[in-house]
Amino acid sequence: MSRPNAWIGSPVPRVEDERLVTGRGRFVGDLVPERLLHAVMLRSPQAHGSLRSIDAGAARDLPGVVAVFTAADVGAAGAVPLIPQRQHALPEGEAYRQPVIAVDKVRYVGEPVAVVIAEDPAIAEDALELIEVDIDPLPPVADHVAADSDAALLFEAAGSNRIAVLRARAGDADAAFAAADYTRRAQFGIQRHTALPMEPRGLCATFDPASGRLVLYGATKVPYYNRRALAGMLGLDIAAVDLIEVDVGGGFGARGEIYPEDFLVPFAAMRLGAAVRWIEDRREHLSACNHAREFHADLEIACRRDGTVLALRGRVDADLGAYARTNGFTPPRNVVQFMPGPYRIDHVAIDGHLLVTNKTPAGTYRGPGRFETSFFCERLFDMAAHDLGIDPVAFRRRNLLRKDELPRPFPGIVGVDAATELDNGDYAFVFQRCLDDFGWTEKAALQGRLIDGRYHGIAVASFIEGGGGAPRENARITVEADGGVAVDVGSSAIGQGLATVLSQIAADALGLPMSAVTLRHGSTTLVTEGFGSNHSRSTVMGGSAILVAAEALLAELRTVAAAELGGAATDVRIADGVVHGAAGQRPLSAFAGLSVERTYHNTKYTYSYGTHAAHVAVDPRTGHVEVIDYVTVEDVGRVINPATLHGQVIGAVVQGLGSVFLEHLVYDETGQLLTGSLADYLVPTATDVPRIRGVSLGLERCPNNPLGAKGAGEGGLIATGGVIANAVAAALRSFGVEPNHLPLSPPRVWRLIQEARRRQATPHETGQGAA
Amino acid sequence: MKPPPFDYACPTSLAEAIDLIARHDGDAKPIAGGQSLMPMLAFRLAAPTLLVDLRRVPGLDGITVDDDGVMLGARVRWCDIEADARLAAACPLLAAAIPHVAHYQIRNRGTVGGSLAHADPAAELPAVALACAAEIVAQGPEGRRTIAADDFLVGPLTTALEPTELIVAVRFPPWPAGRHHGFAEFSRRKGDFAIVGVALFFDDADGAIAGATVVAFGIGDRPQRLAAAEEVLNGAAPSAELFARAAAAAADSVEPQTDIHADGDYRRALLATLLERTLAQSAGLASAS
Amino acid sequence: MTTARITLTINGTATTLDVPVRMTLADALREKARLTGTHVACEHGVCGACTVLVDGLAVRSCLMLAVQADGAAVTTVEGLARDGALSPLQAAFRDHHALQCGFCTPGILTTMHALLTAEPDADEARIRDVLSGNLCRCTGYLPIVEAVLAARDAYRAPDGGPEAAR
Ligand SMILES: Cc1cc2nc3c(=O)[nH]c(=O)nc-3n(C[C@H](O)[C@H](O)[C@H](O)COP(=O)(O)OP(=O)(O)OC[C@H]3O[C@@H](n4cnc5c(N)ncnc54)[C@H](O)[C@@H]3O)c2cc1C
Ligand code: FES
Ligand code: FES
Repeated sequence: MSRPNAWIGSPVPRVEDERLVTGRGRFVGDLVPERLLHAVMLRSPQAHGSLRSIDAGAARDLPGVVAVFTAADVGAAGAVPLIPQRQHALPEGEAYRQPVIAVDKVRYVGEPVAVVIAEDPAIAEDALELIEVDIDPLPPVADHVAADSDAALLFEAAGSNRIAVLRARAGDADAAFAAADYTRRAQFGIQRHTALPMEPRGLCATFDPASGRLVLYGATKVPYYNRRALAGMLGLDIAAVDLIEVDVGGGFGARGEIYPEDFLVPFAAMRLGAAVRWIEDRREHLSACNHAREFHADLEIACRRDGTVLALRGRVDADLGAYARTNGFTPPRNVVQFMPGPYRIDHVAIDGHLLVTNKTPAGTYRGPGRFETSFFCERLFDMAAHDLGIDPVAFRRRNLLRKDELPRPFPGIVGVDAATELDNGDYAFVFQRCLDDFGWTEKAALQGRLIDGRYHGIAVASFIEGGGGAPRENARITVEADGGVAVDVGSSAIGQGLATVLSQIAADALGLPMSAVTLRHGSTTLVTEGFGSNHSRSTVMGGSAILVAAEALLAELRTVAAAELGGAATDVRIADGVVHGAAGQRPLSAFAGLSVERTYHNTKYTYSYGTHAAHVAVDPRTGHVEVIDYVTVEDVGRVINPATLHGQVIGAVVQGLGSVFLEHLVYDETGQLLTGSLADYLVPTATDVPRIRGVSLGLERCPNNPLGAKGAGEGGLIATGGVIANAVAAALRSFGVEPNHLPLSPPRVWRLIQEARRRQATPHETGQGAA
Repeated sequence: MKPPPFDYACPTSLAEAIDLIARHDGDAKPIAGGQSLMPMLAFRLAAPTLLVDLRRVPGLDGITVDDDGVMLGARVRWCDIEADARLAAACPLLAAAIPHVAHYQIRNRGTVGGSLAHADPAAELPAVALACAAEIVAQGPEGRRTIAADDFLVGPLTTALEPTELIVAVRFPPWPAGRHHGFAEFSRRKGDFAIVGVALFFDDADGAIAGATVVAFGIGDRPQRLAAAEEVLNGAAPSAELFARAAAAAADSVEPQTDIHADGDYRRALLATLLERTLAQSAGLASAS
Repeated sequence: MTTARITLTINGTATTLDVPVRMTLADALREKARLTGTHVACEHGVCGACTVLVDGLAVRSCLMLAVQADGAAVTTVEGLARDGALSPLQAAFRDHHALQCGFCTPGILTTMHALLTAEPDADEARIRDVLSGNLCRCTGYLPIVEAVLAARDAYRAPDGGPEAAR
C-alpha cells in the first residue's frame, strides 16, 4: 500500500456535505412511496388514569380517514406487545414495560392511545379532535418523592413505584468514612431535559401483502436489533423485515430506539397493505421522545486533611418517567457505577433507586450518566477543597489517577454486572495541557473578583467518556466494476459524519483514494448483522470491522492475483487501485465481484478522557451567567478526522451549556408538561455561544482495538455541568453560594444569592466542616 | 401541527375586508404577517372559519413622519421600522425597542397591527405605544375611531377592538427635542419574549426631571405605567441614588406574575435592576451596578 | 375557498400549484413542488429550518400559507447552487465543517444568503444576531459563523448582489 495513513488523521471534507448543502439530502419525511397514507397519534391528555373507552366512530366517518386503530385492534387484552428492554435490562424491569398502545391505563401525557390513518396529515389531525376518550383520572405521581412514597402506584401488579435499587460497591465505604478526617454531605439535582435532535422522529413503512415483506424507513442507531425485536412483535419472520437508514437529522441517544410508533406504523401498513408514513411533530416530540437526566442525589464525600479523597457514598434517585424503555436503565446504571470518573476513589457505596413517575419515559442522552456524575462529584470536590483550604487544582492533581495506575477497575454493580475497567491514558498530562491552554495561572487572579458589577470565577474539571461498546460489528467490502470498493457496515449514522470517517479508514486500509470508496451503513440489507451507533461506538467498532475486512480482502486478492499473474501470494503488491503480480499487473476492476464480510469482536470498552476549564462572569442582580472562555482538551487515542471531531466537541460543549443553563422539561403537580413548544423548551442559539476552544489529542493508541481509537463525541458535554457550576460557585465565593441544582437559570442563581445574603445576615447558620 | 380547516379570502380594499369579517359573525380573523396567528393555528389554539388576508389591502403599509408625530400603517413590518432612518429622531423609543422583537426572519413579516391586536403582555410595541400615549386607529362597519393605547390594551391577548374592527394605523405623538429615553429588556435568549422589560422617557426642566413616563412589560396581564417610580422621579435631579429609589418604588408597586420562566419575586427584583440601569443610561450616568 | 390554484416562481421557474388553503408554504414546497430541501423542524416559527426567500426576504415558510405566496418569487436551498456548482456560501459550509446532520442547514443557508446579499459586510456580531433565529443542535454554531464570515468576499464582488454570489 503506497500511502499508509494518508487519510486517517487528516481533516478531509465530508463526503456527506455536497448533498446536504444543496437540499438533496434524503430524510424520512422526504420519501413518498406509492399510495402513501399518513399516521398521526392520539395521545393521552392526562398523566394518570384508567382508560374506560375510546369512541372513534365520528373520526372514522370523516372523509379522507382510512382507519383508526386502538389497543383493541392491536391485540386482545394481554396480547398487546410490550416494548423490550434492549440494554442493561433488569429482570425487575419486565413488569414496567410499555405496551405499544395504551391498553387499560394511561401513565403519561403523550402516551399513544389511538392511531389515525388518513390520506392527508391535516385530515388525520382533524380526526383526532373527533375521537372521544374516556379516562378516569387517578392520582398523579408527579415526582420522585411521590414515587418513593408508593402512595399511588403506576403499576398495581408490581406493587411499587421502585423498579429496583442498583448498588455499586468498591472497598469499604463505611469504614473509610468512620476513619476520615473530613466528610461533607450535600444534595444535588439535575432537571429533566432531552436530546432534541433537530429532525423529529419519523418512520415510513411499506408492506407488500403478496410477498409479506415489510420495509421500514427511518431506522437508525440499532437497526439490526430493532428488526429482530419488531419482527417478533409484528409476528413476522426476520427475513421478511428490513430496516432502512436514510439521512438522519441528529440522534444524541434518543433516536432509533423502539418506541410505540415503531410498532404502530408498520402495524398499520400491514393491516392496510399500504405505505404509511408518520412524521413526529415538535409538540409531540417533546412528550413522546425519550426524556433524560432527571436525577436527585444525596451524596457524601470523605477525605484526608491533605485532600485525598477516600470514599463516596450516598443515594441517587432516578426519575425514569412512566415506563422502563429500551435503554432506560443505562443512565442510572452509569450514574451509580461511574461516580469516581478519572479519580482514585477506593471506597464507594452508591445506591441508585429506579423510580417510575407519571411523566414521559426516560432514556439516554449523549454522555448518559457521565454528565450527571461529573456534576455531582466535581461539585463535591470543590466544596471539600474549599473547606480544607486546598486549591481546587491541587485537589484534583492529588486525586487524578496516574498513568501507572491504569488499567483500573470501576466499582461493580452488586448482582448485576462485573466490574469494567479504565483502559489507558495520561490524565495528568491532559489536565495540565488544559490549564495551560486556558491560561489558568493568569486567570487565577480573577477568582471571585467583582469587575464592572459582575463577579468572575474559573473552574476546572476532568472526565472520562466510555465508548467502543462490545460485542462485535460487521463489515463487508466488495470490489466494484469501476475499480472502486463498496464498504457496507453495520454501524449507523446519526448525522455525525460517519460515512466520511469510515471511508477514510477503508481508503487507508486498501491504499485507495477516498473517491474510490462508497460507504453504506445502517440498513439491515447490507450485512448479516450489525450493532449500530450507540455508546460512542460506531467509529471504533465499525472502523475496526472495516480494518479486519480490508485485511481479509487484501489476502484474498493476493491469492487470486497470484494464481492469475504468477508468483506467490506474498509477492503480490496492491497500490493505488492496481494489483501487481510477478508476471504483470491488473487494475482492481479486474477483480470486480470479489467480496468479503468479516466480524470484529471486542469484549472491552474504551475510555477517552479529558479536562474542561471555564471562566464565567455572574451578574448578581439579574442572576445572569456569561461564559467568557471555555477550553476542552481530550485524548481520544487516535484522531481519524480532526475536523469532524472538532465539530463534535464544539457541538457537545454547546449542548452541555444548554443542559446547564436553559433546557428544562417542566411539569406541574398534575403531571402536565408545561414546556410543549420550542418557545418554552429553550436550547442554545448562536448568540448564547461563548468562545470555545477544543483540543483533541491522540496521545496513546487504545490497546483494545486495532484502530487504536477510543469513542469520542460525548466528551465535550460531560464536564460542562461540574465546571460551570464550580466556576459560578468560585465567582460567588464571597456569598458562599453552592449551586448544586441545575439548570443555573437567572432566577435560580439570583435566588441562591438572596438566600446566601440572608444566611450571612443571620450569623449562627450551621456549616459543615471537619469531622 | 397542521392548521385546522378554514376558508381564505384576499380582499383588495379595506371596505371589502371589513365586510367579509363582519359577515362571518366573529368567526373570521384577519391575517397580517401571520407570525403570531400561524403558530396559534398550528397548535389549533385558533380555529377561524375564514382567514381574511390583509396583504392586498391598499394604504396600510405607509410610515408618515410629520409635525403630528409618527403614523405607522397597520401592515408596516418590523423590518420597515428598522430600515426607516427618520424614526431614530422622530420616535427614538420606538427605534430603540423594535430591534428587540423576535428574529430576523420574523421581522421580515411581523406587523405593527398584528402585534397590537395580538397584545402579548411581553411584546415590545404595546409597551412603547402605552409609554408614548399612542393612538390606535381602528375601522369597522360603523366607521373609524381612535383608541388610546391605555384603553386599547385590556389584558393578555385581549384588546378593546371589536371582532369586526381592523386596526388601520397607530399614531405616535411628536417627540420633543431633548427628551431622554431608555429601553431595556431581559430575556432568556436573544429574540425571546421579555421576562421583564422597561420603556421610559423624561424631559429635562432646568436640571430636574419632568414628565417622567415609565412602563414595564412582561410582568403582568399587559404593559403598565409605573406611577410610583414616576412620582419619585418628577421634580428631582438625576442621580444614582434617585434612580435606585425610583426603582425600589417601582418594584414595591407591582405584583408580577409567576410562570415557567421566572417567579414573581425574581421579576420584581429584575424590574428594579433594569429600571435603575436604564434610567442611569438614559440620563447619561454610569450605572452604579 | 378551501383549495386554491397559485402561481409563483420557484427558483426561477414559474410554477402552478393546487393547494389546500390551510397548507403552509413549507408543506407546499415539500409535498406539492417536491422540493424537499426545505425542512420543517417545529412548524411553529422557532427553529428556522424552513426558511426560504420570498421576494428576496428570508422568511419562515411554516409561518406563511402557500396561498399567501401567490405571485411571489420563492428561492429555496435548491436554488442556491448554479449549474451544478456549489455557491460560495455552500462551499464555505463544507470547507468549514459548518454542518453535521445537515437538517438545519438549508434554513441557515437561505437565511445567511439573504443576509449577505443585503449586508455583505455583516460582522460577526451581526451574523450571530441573525443566526440566532435558526436552531442547530449539532455544530454549536461556531463553525457556521466562520463559514459565513469566509463567504462574505463572494458577496462583495463588484457586480455584487445575489446573482453574483450564486
Ligand atoms: C419565535 C417567535 C418569536 C417572537 N418574538 C417576539 C418578540 O420578542 N416580541 C414581539 O413583540 N413579538 C414577537 N413575536 C411575534 C411577532 O412579532 C408577530 O409578528 C406579531 O406579534 C404579530 O404580527 P403579525 O403581523 O405577524 O400578526 P398575525 O400573526 O397576522 O396576527 C396576529 C393577530 O392579530 C390579528 N390582526 C392582524 N392584523 C390585524 C389588523 N390590522 N387589525 C386587527 N387585527 C389584526 C390577527 O387576526 C391575529 O389575531 C414572535 C413570534 C415568533 C414566531
Ligand atoms: S419549521 Fe418553520 S420555524 Fe421551525
Ligand atoms: S447540523 Fe444538525 S442541526 Fe445543524
